[in-house]
Amino acid sequence: MNETIRAAWVIGRRDFTAVVLSKAFLMFLLGPLFPLGAGILFGSLGESIADDMGGDVVGISIPAEEAQALIQTRTRLATVLGDRRYPELRPLQPDEGTPKQVLEAAKALDDGSKGKLAAVLSGSFDQPVLTATSAEAEDIGPELALLISQARSGTDLLQPIRLDPVDSSAGGEQRAQLLTGQAGQALLFLLVMLLAGMVLSNLVEEKSNKIIEILAAAVPIDSVFIGKLLAMLAMAIVGIMVWGAAGMAALQIWGPGLPNLPVPAVGWPLFILLGVLYFAMAYLILGSLFLGIGAMASTVREVQTLSMPVTMLQMFVFGFAFYTVSKIGQPIEIVACIVPFTSPFAMLARAAQVPEIWPHFVALLGQGLFALLVVRISAMMFRRNVMKSGGSGGGLKALFGRRKTA
Amino acid sequence: MGPYAIEARGLIKRFGGTTAVDGVDLRVPEGSITGMLGPNGAGKTTLLRMLLGIIDPDEGSRTLLGSEKPLKRAHEVGYLPEERGLYQSMKAVETIAFMGALRHLPLEEGRKRGRVLMEEAGLGHAIDKKIRELSKGMAQTVQLLGTIVHRPRLIVLDEPFSGLDAINQGKLERLIRDQAEAGATVIFSTHVIAHAERLCENVAIVAGGKVRFDGSVEAARDRLRPQVHLETSALDGPWRAALPPGTQREGHWWHFTLPDGGPEPLLNALIEGKAGIRSLSIERPGLHDAFVSIAGEAAAAEMERAQAEGAKP
Repeated sequence: MNETIRAAWVIGRRDFTAVVLSKAFLMFLLGPLFPLGAGILFGSLGESIADDMGGDVVGISIPAEEAQALIQTRTRLATVLGDRRYPELRPLQPDEGTPKQVLEAAKALDDGSKGKLAAVLSGSFDQPVLTATSAEAEDIGPELALLISQARSGTDLLQPIRLDPVDSSAGGEQRAQLLTGQAGQALLFLLVMLLAGMVLSNLVEEKSNKIIEILAAAVPIDSVFIGKLLAMLAMAIVGIMVWGAAGMAALQIWGPGLPNLPVPAVGWPLFILLGVLYFAMAYLILGSLFLGIGAMASTVREVQTLSMPVTMLQMFVFGFAFYTVSKIGQPIEIVACIVPFTSPFAMLARAAQVPEIWPHFVALLGQGLFALLVVRISAMMFRRNVMKSGGSGGGLKALFGRRKTA
Repeated sequence: MGPYAIEARGLIKRFGGTTAVDGVDLRVPEGSITGMLGPNGAGKTTLLRMLLGIIDPDEGSRTLLGSEKPLKRAHEVGYLPEERGLYQSMKAVETIAFMGALRHLPLEEGRKRGRVLMEEAGLGHAIDKKIRELSKGMAQTVQLLGTIVHRPRLIVLDEPFSGLDAINQGKLERLIRDQAEAGATVIFSTHVIAHAERLCENVAIVAGGKVRFDGSVEAARDRLRPQVHLETSALDGPWRAALPPGTQREGHWWHFTLPDGGPEPLLNALIEGKAGIRSLSIERPGLHDAFVSIAGEAAAAEMERAQAEGAKP
């Protein structure tokens, strides 16, 4: 066993160093920035397009004092509720023609730029007439009606309300914690899938580089697996630390502007610790499985073919765990907590919603034992498939028995 | 521990319906240079992998440096596989140190030794270069240095000369001799007999998954009788009775295998029979002749066995 650990350390240290000092790791670190950056980019693009297009403009052809009152009302409400909420109002000159003529002229000139005249309000407050297409009327009509009502009443538009703050309601807190659980699960799943794919690529690369025979001749094959798994785990933890530090820095800089995250039932420190541990377990189980597949494949194409069913299965597993987040304490949620593949995800969601701690010890123990079993199976698959070894016994004997030779 | 670095008894390895190694017995004396000769597909690589514990035999047993669990002795073994492989983005000296670290050599010590070995091999300029920046021959040399950096007691090289140019082959031969002089046991597989003839004290001739011969080079050569090349002035006479059956004639030249009695009775008969000896040479067979003879016999035996099996109802 000591030799296995020693050799795993040598292999893990090399893999860790090679990965952390590679360009791929930089991409791994920058990975979360891509969706974030894309979100910001498309958000600002959308905003820019909306700004360019501008809101709807309604021409008003009503008595001058009513027009004045309507514009004032619109300005005051827009200050509080947002400028985009109400259409922009533009008084029309009497010589511009009938509402229909004005609209047709505007349509002829429309180049899609800012300030499109969408409708014309004529008549008076008592008998308002809206000239517009049905769609525009449906969109703008109620808002204009509200503005007219407010302008006619002439009272204060918004009654001040005194705030009497209370703690969040039990139902609201539960919903918020459920969201925390779901977010934790999603993060865990994405990270595990990413790493399992990386460890698989690493093994396939070594097989295609013919390095695996050098390793197999020098150290117990189990240590190759353990070393590779732990190296990727360590790399992921470095990544998490970097992301965590970046997140903390972001909180320090933009903290007040960010929404408050709901506090998990076990508290943030324990939740984060459990998150790391469940991540480790989920990764060890899935990573081992992928390594076992990598052992059977000799090319990237074969890996893709073989890993597809496992990826689909993993999606199902995640979907199942995700489904049970809102069913804490129900049989289906307990099943998800027990089944090793779903257990890390389900237990993390549970940590967000249930303050009990002891089930986590049991779950971690079970997951750890299962991870060991999967590593053994993967190692056996490697020995059988990669080095064309017939082995000295099959089935359970091969898994648990001591090796007859070597 | 016995006097043998490697002992194998009845090793059998099957892949599906093919028997790659079929009941091999082998002994490699400690401190020797042993060549494993055989045609491609003879089972040499599979045999070496079994001896090293990379794969397990289906039947039989083997002892490596006194242990029946070869991987327990891995730190005393250096292995160069037939299919060369290195991490392309790793520096040359780091590669050597890593290969040493796999076999218990501290990383820092591996770096130190790696630098020295590379300097000695004339690769001082490439110490900090990445493997992908080296030529194939240089990368192969780096891997070989990684194989010996931890100063192993047993060095196993699978087709070490393949892919090397003549200069690097010469360097490798020197390195193998140096390692043996330093006390290491070296076993290498090859299908180039000249290397084995120059380097080895012992050879194992493998064909059809079996070891057809295991012993000293001298013993292998002694399996064939010396060849006599005789030129006479006379073409006929009573002396011709001294020539063994199967003698081939080319003009005044006679070629035949030295008879059982040795050269003296033959010479007496030729002189007394007035053969008029113009020239006489007795050539001792080389390892190549021995190999062809043994591997040929093996092939014939295989054919007979296959015929016999095919004849079974």
